[in-house]
This record gives sequence, C-alpha cells and structure tokens, in this order.
Amino acid sequence: MADCAKPVSPRPGIGAAALVVALIFGTLTAVALRAEVGRGFGASDWAAVRFTLTQACLSAVLSVGLAIPVARALARRRFFGRRILITLLGAPFILPVIVAILGLLQVFGRAGWISSGLAMLGLEPVQIYGLHGVVLAHVFFNLPLATRLILQGWQEIPAERFRLAAQLGADSRAMWQLLERPMLTRIMPGALAVVFAICLSSFAVALTLGGGPRATTIELAIYQAFRFDFDLGRAALLSALQLVLTGTAALVALRVAAGEGFGTGLDRALQRWDGTGPIARLLDGMWIATAAIFLMLPLGAIVLSGLPGLTGLPVSVWAAALNSVLVAALSTVLLLLLALPMATAVALGRGGAIELAGILGLAASPLVIGTGLFIVIYPIADPFALALPVTALVNAVMALPFALRILVPRAQVVVGRYGRLALSLDMRGWSFVWRVLLPRMRPQIGFAAGLAAALSMGDLGVIALFADPEFATLPLQIYRLMGAYRMELASAAALLLLALSMAAFWILDRGGRWHAEA
Amino acid sequence: MLRLENCLIENGGFSLRANLTIARGSRVAVIGPSGAGKSTLIETLAGFRPLTKGAIHWNGSDLAGVEPGKRPVALLFQDGNLFPHLTVAQNVALGIHANLRLDQPQQAQMQAALVRVGLDSMADRKPADLSGGQQSRVALARVLVQGRDLLLLDEPFAALGPALKVEMLDLVGELVEETGATLLMVSHDPSDARRIANQVVLVADGCAHAPQPTTQLLDNPPPALKAYLG
Repeated sequence: MADCAKPVSPRPGIGAAALVVALIFGTLTAVALRAEVGRGFGASDWAAVRFTLTQACLSAVLSVGLAIPVARALARRRFFGRRILITLLGAPFILPVIVAILGLLQVFGRAGWISSGLAMLGLEPVQIYGLHGVVLAHVFFNLPLATRLILQGWQEIPAERFRLAAQLGADSRAMWQLLERPMLTRIMPGALAVVFAICLSSFAVALTLGGGPRATTIELAIYQAFRFDFDLGRAALLSALQLVLTGTAALVALRVAAGEGFGTGLDRALQRWDGTGPIARLLDGMWIATAAIFLMLPLGAIVLSGLPGLTGLPVSVWAAALNSVLVAALSTVLLLLLALPMATAVALGRGGAIELAGILGLAASPLVIGTGLFIVIYPIADPFALALPVTALVNAVMALPFALRILVPRAQVVVGRYGRLALSLDMRGWSFVWRVLLPRMRPQIGFAAGLAAALSMGDLGVIALFADPEFATLPLQIYRLMGAYRMELASAAALLLLALSMAAFWILDRGGRWHAEA
Repeated sequence: MLRLENCLIENGGFSLRANLTIARGSRVAVIGPSGAGKSTLIETLAGFRPLTKGAIHWNGSDLAGVEPGKRPVALLFQDGNLFPHLTVAQNVALGIHANLRLDQPQQAQMQAALVRVGLDSMADRKPADLSGGQQSRVALARVLVQGRDLLLLDEPFAALGPALKVEMLDLVGELVEETGATLLMVSHDPSDARRIANQVVLVADGCAHAPQPTTQLLDNPPPALKAYLG
C-alpha cells in the first residue's frame, strides 16, 4: 500500500539484527553443549558466585549512596567549572579500566600516596587487593554514572514545582519531603540495578585487584578455567551460570531504569530557593570537592607517573598500541555496519525484535561470547590467530546497545521529518541513505563511533582469552607489565592508552559534529 | 482533469468522503475548519494515505498503487520542504534527479528556475542562511523544475508574515499561469482564496464538497462555511 511506502528498506537492519542474534545464541549454544552439567559446581565455584554477588551489591549500594549527596549538591549549586565537572562525570564510561586501576593503585596501593603518608605517621599501609579494592574500583567507575542518573532525576523535577514549593515557604526538610524523596524513590531502584548489573560482569577489575579463592568473580573464574586449566567444560558451565545472572540483572535493570545517564541538558542549573544557609553550602561544597578529588586524583597520578617513561617505551608497547588501534578501527566499522541498518529499521517502525537483539549484548558477557567463539572456532582454525578480528567483533556487539540508544532517536527524527519529502521527490534507497540519512545523522554517528572506538581501545576482556604470548593489545600489554612489576613502564603505557582512547573518541565525535547544520 | 470518484478516506476514527471533479488548469483553494480533513485530502492525492473506497483519476488514468514520487504531483508541506544540509542548488536539483547527478541541460534548467524565483546569486548557500521567504522561493524553484501537472500546497507559507505570504501567493499564481499546472492549495484564510483561487473546495462535516466559484461561494456561504467564517 502507498501508506506503507518508505524511503529505505528495513531489510538490511533485520539482517544485521539476525546476525547479532545468531552470534550471541550460536556462541551460547556452543557453551551450553560443552558445559559439563553432571559434574556440578565445586566449592570454589560457589565462592565465585558469592563473591560476585557480594561485590556487586556493595558496589551498587556505595556508588548510589554516595551519588545522592553529590548529585544533590550539583543540582542546587552553580559554580565555576560545574559544566566541565558534569562532562567529566561521563568520562569514566570511555576510560580504559586498566588505566583507572593503575591510577587507583598509585593513590591507594601499598606503595601509593596514602600508604606513604600513613607510613610517615608510623602507620600500616592500606591494603587494596581483595574485596575492598574491587569495590573501590567499581565505585570509582560507577559513582559518576550513578551521579548522572540521579542528577537527571533532579533536573526532571519541573522548575515550576521548585517555585511553588519556595512560594509556600518550604525549607530544605520540606523540600526533601515534597520533591526530593519521591523523586529518589523513583530513580534509585533503576540506578542500583544498573550499577549492580555492570559490576556483575566485571572482569578486568577482578583480574587485577581480586584473584585468589576469596576474591574471584565468575568472569575471572571462566578465564582461569580456560587459561590455566584449559577446562572448556568448566568454563562453559560457569559461562552458563554467568549468563543466567547477567541476563536476569539486565532484564531487571531495563525494567526499572528510568534514563540512560548520558543524555544532554544535565549542565542546566535549576534556580533554587532552598539550601542557601552557610552549613548547606559548606556541605554541598565538601561533597563536590571530595567527589572531584576522588575521580581526578587517580588520573592525575597516571599522568604524573607516566610522563617520564613515555619517551622510552619499548617496541613491544608500540606494537601492542598498533594492535589496539587496529582492533578499535575494525570494531568501530563493524559496529556501524550493524548499528546503522538496525537503527534505520527501528525508525521505519520495525522496533521490538530489533531493539531486543540490540540489547542482547548487555545480557551476554564478553567472556561468555568469547568462550563460545573459542569453542566454535577451535575445531576449525587456530583461535589465537584470530585474536584481532574476534576481539573487534565482540567489542562491536558490546557497544551495540549504547550505539542504538544514540542512533535510534535521531534516525526516527530524520525518517519522520524527511521521509515523505524524499518520497514525494521519488528519492529512495541509496540516494536517500547517501543524501539524507547519513548526512543528517552525522553527529550521532560520530558520537557512537567515538564511544565504540574508545571502548574497544581500552577493552581488556576477550583479548585475554585469545591472545598468545606473541600478541597483545595495549591494555593486555599493560596488564603483563604490571604482572612483571614494571610499574613505571606500565604507567607510561597506560598514559599512552589513555591518550589514544580519548583521542579516538574526540576525533570521531568532533568529526561528526564538524560543519554539521542543525 | 482530476476526478475523485466516490472516495472514502479513513484514518482511525476519522473519515472523509469526496466525489468531485476538478478541471485541468484550475486554481482551487481547499478551505474548512481545522481538523476537517484538508491536509488528509492533500496527503491522499499525493499518495501518502490509502483510499478505503473509490478511485482517483488524473486525465483518465487510475492513481491507485502509484508511489508518491511517481505521481504527477508536486507537493509542498507546511514545513520542512528543504534539506538543511544541501545547498540551494542541490535542493532544487532534487526536483530533476533525486541522486543529484545532472547533465548540462539539466544544470541549465536548474539555473533558470533559480533565476525565475530571483535566487540565482544564492545557489551555493544553505537553507539556514536564507530568510523564510527565500526558503519558500527555493521550494517553489524545485516545484518549477519538477514540472508536474498538479501542484499541491499544504499551507507552506503559514509561517510567513502577511506581506510575504501575499508575495508568495502571487509568485505561485504566476508560476501555475506559466506552466499550466493545476493548483490545489489548503488554506484557512478566505482572503488567500480570493487572491489566487478561482474555485473553492469546502471540506467540512466529513465531506470534501464539489468545487464552486470562489466569489460566489464566499459571498453566499452555506451554513457549514458560514459557521467557520463566523
């Protein structure tokens, strides 16, 4: 029918979604078939489950609990640098985990700044390895995310309500009861669920700061079963368990989460008439300063300790950096090839199933997909030889949910606003994609590509499964340097990785917005 | 000749009937209260809505199943008639070839259209650099190169000030005069109708009525129109 006429076909998007589903379920089936259920779980497996749940709960509660006063302070104060600080709160999303961990080690580690200070006072150094180290790192990564989610809740309270409350003479306590507490009870479950789900599939943090029988997550156990014992059956069994956990958590998080936390408009400051007293100001200032220091200090530490070694980096590090750039580039291309047709198909009204396929990546952890791919590839080819493309592919699937959240709303606007005009000019298929869709979506494509490139550049996950000793990406090389206690080199390499990730994001994001018309 | 034969258009709970004929070369204003279905009628003619019943013929050939871009129709929407990332010249060139690859004569045709609407010096600008009136002129230049038999206007000048709107209506009048196209123009302003249209189709009470001479209808409005005009 003429009313169903569309300027482009949704078929490529349906095809891309089918590919993603086939990849995820194919690898899961491979895992399930290989899992040796009969053997059941041993004591160490149950310990891994317990530790995974414990650290995820603690991380979620601490991140969200600390985020509330920080978000409140940010919501009601205006100060120089507020906009930059809020932008920086989005940065941990693309910050390579290994870089942050090195930074945290330099601040909180045995030989770190805090321990050195304590030693001068004749006190014991702080201990970072184990549960509290894992939780510390998770709070570092998720406090900013939780703050943005909750800040969004604050910003969504209409200005008129604040005006009305102020007109009624509401003080801070009344404001809390009237406006803030109801908002928090609405926002908090989602924020908790999101952070919990993220921490559930934590691998790199547990790999570096955890370990041992008392601090091993399921992801780490999969890696160990694989890497140390080459016990595919056990790796598969653990993967199946991890899948159930992350799948459930992702479903819950999606059900209760209200926003995605990287929306725009968060830097808008609401006019408030409460909390003007000196104590409230002081407390707010303290929260903001503490959070800012906690987030900036580790990064500052990396820059300080990495700079001296940057000129003397060995060839192996540069080779690893080149691998990382290749992985990131390939991953970005793969992501766009999947995400753009899928976003277009969603915009054409083929929502449901395709969006579901897009978020499957959230439920399946990279190590599970990696394990499955290994099982599938192993009989046919040498999995280690395919480390680079496999890593790029898994990274692309992992970035897909975020890319779709960025691309879909814009694709809907473009198709909605220009679809009929294009049709009335008999413009369809490639000429519509080339002349209208892609140019109109360029800023969003740049943003999504920047995220994908930075995420892939900093990823330390699948590559740990697939790399042989001769091959490494930069994050893996940094991990190996840390393992060899070459901390200065590791810091310098981490600084290089930080620069590469940020540059990749900046170039792609800027490139998308450069000369883009409104 | 445009013929709407026992047409029924349904959209959710809304329905519109039309059984009328419009002579070739007429200038028709489509007026009526808002929500009566003026735009629906135009969108159906342009091929964006299906007919539940009936048929639409242009010069004897049935338009059923003909895609919007293949109909003998040039259409200007209320807004968003230009692509903001394309230049003025490219926006006009779309009317000749949707993939923008023009040969020499087609280039000349595009240039001539820009000259006709007085924008030949602005060919390389983007729509955002133009005033509202200039943007309307670009859209009209494209209509000109499209060279379609039917020109449908769904209030494209509604956002312009009164003086500019009159200027655009006069330009439209000249263009249809020159090309011999048949004009159907949605309006909620009877003075627009008096200015440019020789006939009026009244859309009210779920029905698009047969066209009547403009002055006659507006001077002696039937009850439905009288209620609308106030």
